[in-house]
Amino acid sequence: MAENFVNLLADLKEDEVMALTKKRIASKEDPMNILEDARKGMEIVGKRFAGGEYFLPELVFSGELLKQITALVKPHLSGKATQTKRVGKVVIGTVAGDIHDIGLNIVDFMLDVNGFEVYNLGVDVPAEKFVEKVKETKAPVVGLSGFLTPAFDAMKETVAALEKAGLRKNIKVMIGGGQMDDEVRKYAKADAFGKDAMAAVSLAKKWIGVN
Amino acid sequence: MPGDRTKLSPGKKREERFKRWLSPGIKFSTPKAEKAYQERATRFIKVLKLEEPDRVPCILPAGLYAASHANTSLAKVMYDYKELSRAWVKFLFDFEGDTYTPPGLVPPGRALEALDYKLYKWPGHGLSPDTLSYQAVEGEWMKADEYDALIKDPSNFWLRTYLPRVFGAFKGFGQIPPITSFEEIATMSLVPFGLPEVQAGFRALLEAGRESLEWAAVVGEVSRHALAAGYPAIMGGFAKAPFDTLGDTLRGTQGIILDMFQRPEKLHEAMARIAPLAIDGAVAAANGTGVPVIFMPLHKGADGFMSQKQYETFYWPSLKQVIMALIEEGITPILFAEGSYNTRLDIIKDLPRAKAAWYFDQTDMVMAKKTLGDTCCLIGNVPTSLLMTGTPEEVKEHCRQLIKVCGKGGGYILAAGANIDAGNPENLRAMMDAAKEYGVYGK
Repeated sequence: MAENFVNLLADLKEDEVMALTKKRIASKEDPMNILEDARKGMEIVGKRFAGGEYFLPELVFSGELLKQITALVKPHLSGKATQTKRVGKVVIGTVAGDIHDIGLNIVDFMLDVNGFEVYNLGVDVPAEKFVEKVKETKAPVVGLSGFLTPAFDAMKETVAALEKAGLRKNIKVMIGGGQMDDEVRKYAKADAFGKDAMAAVSLAKKWIGVN
Repeated sequence: MPGDRTKLSPGKKREERFKRWLSPGIKFSTPKAEKAYQERATRFIKVLKLEEPDRVPCILPAGLYAASHANTSLAKVMYDYKELSRAWVKFLFDFEGDTYTPPGLVPPGRALEALDYKLYKWPGHGLSPDTLSYQAVEGEWMKADEYDALIKDPSNFWLRTYLPRVFGAFKGFGQIPPITSFEEIATMSLVPFGLPEVQAGFRALLEAGRESLEWAAVVGEVSRHALAAGYPAIMGGFAKAPFDTLGDTLRGTQGIILDMFQRPEKLHEAMARIAPLAIDGAVAAANGTGVPVIFMPLHKGADGFMSQKQYETFYWPSLKQVIMALIEEGITPILFAEGSYNTRLDIIKDLPRAKAAWYFDQTDMVMAKKTLGDTCCLIGNVPTSLLMTGTPEEVKEHCRQLIKVCGKGGGYILAAGANIDAGNPENLRAMMDAAKEYGVYGK
């Protein structure tokens, strides 16, 4: 049943996977097993996205299915929910003056299914917010997202603020989104430009030392 | 336009529209300006028809750039129309481009405020006052269970459901009866118009209209100024792909994606309902402005946003319907593919020869020229990052290479990947210089 569940979720079979979720709950199975299988299903979705088989629609729809599954399972959790082990922390956000989040959320999704603890600060994030979050979490990797050209300067200012707070030497900064490229990376004094969410994952893995 | 145009073939309609574009019916400031206008407009007409012009034309990436170039800000020019006019006229004469775009895309701030517009954030309204652009707020402005209402009667849906959501001032409009309820002695239909909330909505609308008229007079004046000085406009109006209309400002990205899986038939039906609205709007705009070119910014069909199959199923058919209808009317659509379109080239080449143009942001232009070069005029794609952070020499060199790749035999307009809002003016001059230096034909 478990393997079937993982595949149904990965194949985005909404009706079947929801029916099976209800069936597993009704049979008094440990809800943590269901969530663990859901995680495995999402991992496959992430792999298919990275492999070019899935695109944004499949990511978003799988996220919706996960939401529905979690909502069904949640009332049955006894509170002893164990956190899965995370490989490292990454702070991400769309820089000040920019309110776009489609790319940001894809990066969030892909980092998450690859085992990272993601602190997503959302959109239009002032430089100080990034500084605070890095201080608080001690995350070694920061991802700056931006869609429009005003983000060029906002990225530069964010990197400068991290520098000024004395955090820059301990962290790696990657940028990505819309009109970003390596020219902007140089301009903003970031460490790397990633052209898509897979690049964000491999950069984070490289910097944090995950194989 | 005089005569019965419906009998004309698409080709004849197009020639008529081009003729009108060439003679905009205004008084030019000098005979020299008139000659320059003819030369510029002819240059564009030739490339759009895939013929060889005198040289590669250039569209400068000047969306909101004029504001920062004139040392003012978007926040300022959205409210101060004198300042708006000053900045845009300065831009016109500082760059002497091949075409000129008047400030019609700088919305009047007070009109948006009067209506409590929620679909956009702008400097001082949701964005910091020094932000150089305005941005759309993505959201589920239309609910998943409202497809039937939209399909049944779009006007009714817009007036009573959609507008009250995106304009705070219209929150009472949900109480307005369907206009078709006015019949015979329509006493009951009148009653809702007496409600304070409905009346407040109409007062706000009148105020926004008054403000917009004042703004439009200034935009019109700048526009006539540019024409008189010899600079043709190239954007006669806008249209969107039906998928984007639904995905950008009705269902939102998240919503429309769920619909692709959960209610694909409704989505198709809604796009079929929206396509004629897009067509009618674009034709009216081209008729009104006399510029026979419609700009279509395309968003959610870019590489990575959906698979090839999804593009062919959900995005391209209704977009193609709009494109073909405009071509039938003799209008040339410029299809602006934001992001990259590398995986779409084989699909989108399925258009009649020399009738539409593709404007690419980050698409590989070598591949584009190879696949589409015989079918459509190509436009683009000097990277905006280079324009904003590079040196004039780097920009000029990039333009030289683009002209070399895309300019062969005509059918290419030098332009940036997308608009820039700030940056070194010398980089824009470098673009013009490159067009004049490397883009001359028959040398």
